[in-house]
Amino acid sequence: MPKKIIATASLAGCFGCHMSFLDIDERLLDLIELVEFDKSPFNDLKEFSRACDIGLIEGGCCNDENVHTLINFRQRCRVLVAVGECAIMGGLPSLRNVIPLQECLAEAYLHGPTVAGGATPNVIPHDPDLPKILDRVYPCHEIVKMDYFLPGCPPRADLIWDALVALVTGQELKWPYATFKFD
Amino acid sequence: MTQKIIIEPVTRVEGHGKVTIQLNDQGEVTQSRLHIVEFRGFERFVQGRPYWEAPVLVQRLCGICPVSHHLAAAKAMDVIVGAGGDQGLTPTAEKVRRLMHYGQIFQSHTLHFFHLASPDLLFGYDAPPAQRNVVGVALANRGLALQAVLMRKYGQEIIAATAGKKIHGTGAIPGGVNKSLTLAERDQLLNGPHPLNAGQMIAWAQGALAFFKDYYKKNKAFIDGFSRFPSNHLSLVRRDGALDLYHGVLRAVDAEGRRILDDVDYQDYIAHIREEVRSWSYMKFPYLLHLGPDNGWYRVGPLARLNTADFIPTPLAQAEFETFKQATGGKPNDMCMHTHWARLIETLHAAEAIHDLLLDADITGSDLVVKGARQAEGVGVIEAPRGTLIHHFRVGANDLIEMANLIVSTTHNNEPMNRAVNQVAKTYMTGQKIITEPMMNAVEVAIRAYDPCLSCATHAYGRMPLEIALVDAAGCVLDRKRK
Ligand code: SF4
Repeated sequence: MPKKIIATASLAGCFGCHMSFLDIDERLLDLIELVEFDKSPFNDLKEFSRACDIGLIEGGCCNDENVHTLINFRQRCRVLVAVGECAIMGGLPSLRNVIPLQECLAEAYLHGPTVAGGATPNVIPHDPDLPKILDRVYPCHEIVKMDYFLPGCPPRADLIWDALVALVTGQELKWPYATFKFD
Repeated sequence: MTQKIIIEPVTRVEGHGKVTIQLNDQGEVTQSRLHIVEFRGFERFVQGRPYWEAPVLVQRLCGICPVSHHLAAAKAMDVIVGAGGDQGLTPTAEKVRRLMHYGQIFQSHTLHFFHLASPDLLFGYDAPPAQRNVVGVALANRGLALQAVLMRKYGQEIIAATAGKKIHGTGAIPGGVNKSLTLAERDQLLNGPHPLNAGQMIAWAQGALAFFKDYYKKNKAFIDGFSRFPSNHLSLVRRDGALDLYHGVLRAVDAEGRRILDDVDYQDYIAHIREEVRSWSYMKFPYLLHLGPDNGWYRVGPLARLNTADFIPTPLAQAEFETFKQATGGKPNDMCMHTHWARLIETLHAAEAIHDLLLDADITGSDLVVKGARQAEGVGVIEAPRGTLIHHFRVGANDLIEMANLIVSTTHNNEPMNRAVNQVAKTYMTGQKIITEPMMNAVEVAIRAYDPCLSCATHAYGRMPLEIALVDAAGCVLDRKRK
């Protein structure tokens, strides 16, 4: 069986889901017998080099670059999986959704107790080289169609492993609902 | 015609950080910037949350070193519940937290060295990207890859035993911890079947150090000379000057080793540290207030810590520390690539500290939490794997958070990283019309030496693909290269 091609991305996430992936430990060595990595922060590949079988997405979308990445993944990956609460529901970063963006920026760059005052007037960062922040944090499925969802913050390594093996081998994932964790 | 070179260290569309370099008509570098392009808004949206949620919430800043945020927030909340200060916690709580933290240091440093740095050392900085990653290591040297996996696993098992979960645990609570080790957990970590036990981890940490020192011997000019420049250094140290990654006082030294911050209580950090905001980056620029932004910037992290500390309180790491100090005649070490060396000495220290803590009877004790007089404001500081991490909270009488100020490790290194980029740009890019591979490599290596945990500040993971574009003043791309 030819190896399946996997790509991964972290959007507005904390990389905890990628770290949980690494927590499959020794199975990493089995994994590289099963799959090949394309575009992913696990390697140095920046661009897609081919169509992929499986795309794993960590994090929701908080700026325009996240949106472009996600759309690009949808175009290049046959199956797209939302990994973790941030990708599924926006997760912790979406706590800002009930607060005007300007207030979040002002708190960080104007009002913080260690923000330097004095001679130079304080600024909120703005520059053509910075991406545009969205009005709120969007879960992935509000931007593109997602095929599967792995719950958890992060999903346990065993779940990531079993789900991946299921996808690669075309078997059904046999986890009783009660064993899922949503924290 | 003015030219602008844009380097996106992290994949363009994932965009967590990028570099722009401006050239003038003569092809001289006139400006270079490392932009941090992510913004989350934590300081604002934790307001209104109950204070006891903070240790669990804020660690979601960073899944690479969540324990550091978990503990820094918990330490701030210790102060809030009146259990702050040096003698605040019960011996069991303090030691369980230390064990959690050293487990984190061990796994994070291991991850950096084996998963991120070793491919460069094994295959060379010029090897094809497809090979220069942990998969490449696994294919080329299965034994080494397995060792890397198991060292990280051991650190993660310690975190799971103390925090309840490998990533984003809940072990530390205001005033203490919610569990200690069971005897079975203690025995498993101390004497578990080969190789997952404390003794093997010490041996492997020594092996990694030997591996690096051997590489250093063969590549001395590069390791000593690359991206080197003087700076100040800041970290926590124990009151007696020992390296201590969990608790202590703030100390800073200048390039000559003179104290410029003399062991101050971190509750007063506001009296000493300011942050400058620049319009082109979401990451602020901290500096020591009394020296000002131009002279008061500093480095943090493994190299800085070995420059501020007087000694290491475990014997094997202390012996390595002495060798390390000899290399600079006792002066602060400003050789950027020596950070790898410092990181491995700390890895060894962490393994020894873990071993000692597991032998301590308090680690299985049952006295877990203390409380005192409720305070309105608290600061928690810890030495995260990548450097000093500051959490500061104010909590209202209704127990809801009113103010949060976070200065993460990578933010402290903002100015040094920008200088490193600037220096490399001047060396490699002056007079260039075409982007060359060595230019790409140099920028990448210079930034990566700081191990910018990009997650805390920029949310990216270690290896940074590069994109460089030469752009003229009108915005036309003259040349573009990726790797
Ligand atoms: S789901 Fe949790 S672990 Fe995953 S990126 Fe979000 S905060 Fe991090």
